[in-house]
Amino acid sequence: MTIVVGYVPKPEGRAALRAAVEEADLRDQPLYVLNTSRGDAYVDPTFAPAEDLAEVRRILEESGVPFELEQRVGGRDGADEVVAAADRLGASLIVIGLRRRTATGKLIFGSAAQRILLDASCQVLAVKAGEADGPG
Amino acid sequence: MGDIGLLMDGFAAVIQPLYLLYALIGVTVGTAVGVLPGIGPAMTVALLLPLTYSLEPAAALILFAGIYYGGMYGGSTTSILLNTPGEAASIVTALEGNAMARAGRGASALATAAIGSFVAGTIATIALTFLAPAVADLAVQLGPQDFVALTVLAFLTVAAMFGASPARGIAALAVGLLLAMIGTDSLTGQQRFTFGLPALADGIDVVVVAVGIFAVGEALYVASRMRKGPLPLVPVGGSWMSREDLRRSWKPWLRGAAVGFPIGTIPAGGADVATFLSYSMERKLSKHKEEFGHGAIEGVAGPESANNAAAAGVLVPLLTLGLPTSATAAIIIVAFQSYGIQPGPLLFEQESSLVWTLIASLYIGNLLLLVLNLPLVGIWVKLLQIPRPYLYAGILTFAALGSYAVGASTADMMLLFAVGVLGWGMRQFGFPVAPAVVGLILGPIAEEQLRRTLAISQGDPSALVTSPFAAAVYTLLLVFLAVGIYLKRRQVRTEQELLRSRSEPVIQEGTS
Repeated sequence: MTIVVGYVPKPEGRAALRAAVEEADLRDQPLYVLNTSRGDAYVDPTFAPAEDLAEVRRILEESGVPFELEQRVGGRDGADEVVAAADRLGASLIVIGLRRRTATGKLIFGSAAQRILLDASCQVLAVKAGEADGPG
Repeated sequence: MGDIGLLMDGFAAVIQPLYLLYALIGVTVGTAVGVLPGIGPAMTVALLLPLTYSLEPAAALILFAGIYYGGMYGGSTTSILLNTPGEAASIVTALEGNAMARAGRGASALATAAIGSFVAGTIATIALTFLAPAVADLAVQLGPQDFVALTVLAFLTVAAMFGASPARGIAALAVGLLLAMIGTDSLTGQQRFTFGLPALADGIDVVVVAVGIFAVGEALYVASRMRKGPLPLVPVGGSWMSREDLRRSWKPWLRGAAVGFPIGTIPAGGADVATFLSYSMERKLSKHKEEFGHGAIEGVAGPESANNAAAAGVLVPLLTLGLPTSATAAIIIVAFQSYGIQPGPLLFEQESSLVWTLIASLYIGNLLLLVLNLPLVGIWVKLLQIPRPYLYAGILTFAALGSYAVGASTADMMLLFAVGVLGWGMRQFGFPVAPAVVGLILGPIAEEQLRRTLAISQGDPSALVTSPFAAAVYTLLLVFLAVGIYLKRRQVRTEQELLRSRSEPVIQEGTS
């Protein structure tokens, strides 16, 4: 059994990572941290740059939890990738971060978190960013 | 002083709220397409041509001039922050500008590019104001044989300067000339290359071909080699402009203007040659040679000024002789023609208020761009998050809609996509598209003048070279070709040097 984390280089992503490390410690299960991009725009703010990824790796190594860190570029949405990874690994839990979004924003852009909640076949832990997770 | 009075009249026209609005829309759209790699001012103006038929000529031309200038400004933003030039004339900016951004000095790189563009753009517009009427006065005295000489000059220099090799340029030119031939000959009523198809008897609409080659061709090309994976965007850091930055920038700005404007006026490859020339000049003259390649501010200030100055320079032959020296200029000629106005020696006399309004709008546009660009850089960068499939789907829809609007005929649509596939093929196999468009637009003019010359001389071809002006132009052609080939070599050499000295290459993609 694995815990899958959908990571984004933002406060909510860092919050999700922190919560996932705690969960992994509690449940004594390995972590699978995934960061993705559809890769069809020149710039994607949800795609973690190299420095950020190194920081994630450092945090994970310090926590002592067994983990796997993966970055993927493909034609699929982040939500699809996370759910697919959870299914493939037979995950026990998916951890995601939530951000504040207005009703209009959600109508226009949709919500990756909502897609994961609806599509996932395992437990989902949704975390909100706190002050410790830095400015957005 | 008559010209100054006319210019003042032009300003009086431009500050009408409606024209100001068109100028604002033009520079905003121009900056946006400049920021987006693969979408250039030529494509945008071509796409907007059918939509502006209902506007009055001055409004449409103000819009297009804004797009043209705006494209030059916007390209630097992407070059500096993303290491991908937004358009061809900003390739050099990526070299030093991106290095500056990564060193945490992105803000001053953006500032020197924007202010330099403004300074050089304004200087070059002033030069245009004084030079263009003088050239026009001279041009009125030219006979048909002189125009034949000028079109030959434009054909050969554009063909030789754009693209990888002169042979490819000339092949592309021939494609354009062939497309221009299609239709009914105006002198004899003979049908040429129509295959008996009634749809072709009227000739091919230039707008359809321009949209096909630039918009559809480019969209297919980018789609066929879409790069996967986002690029690292360097955040804007540092202060906008320190005293030290200003001290190091002002001379490159002025030198950039001095290099860019003349290169723009002669048909020698347009703005990108000017940027390379300015860059190598700054590197020679700089007191901080060791900084070049690692973020020297002079290497951003000079080329960015040069490309804006060149953009203004291009307008001199365009307005006075009707000669396009770049792809965007060729499309702007189509815009004039669609209103039944032929840019050329008589333009300043017959359409004086239109021309001066246009020139006045360039001053205003430059100012608007300076105001729009720097403070809003965060918004421009957001445009890069648009998924490209959406962008190109939008362009294709727009292109199809526009060409259908021109003549409400399905034959035009088929032609649009046929030409689009041709445009894709040309890019795919390394043929430059600019000479094809120049050939298409100048071809009919060249033909008409040639036949007029031969009619006057009663078939004696020596009339083509015996006029002193024509002889001078043919001599100049040899000089331009020599200078052009020299500049091109320098450009290639600088490029190679830079590539060697850099760990990662500048990513070039769709740069028309």
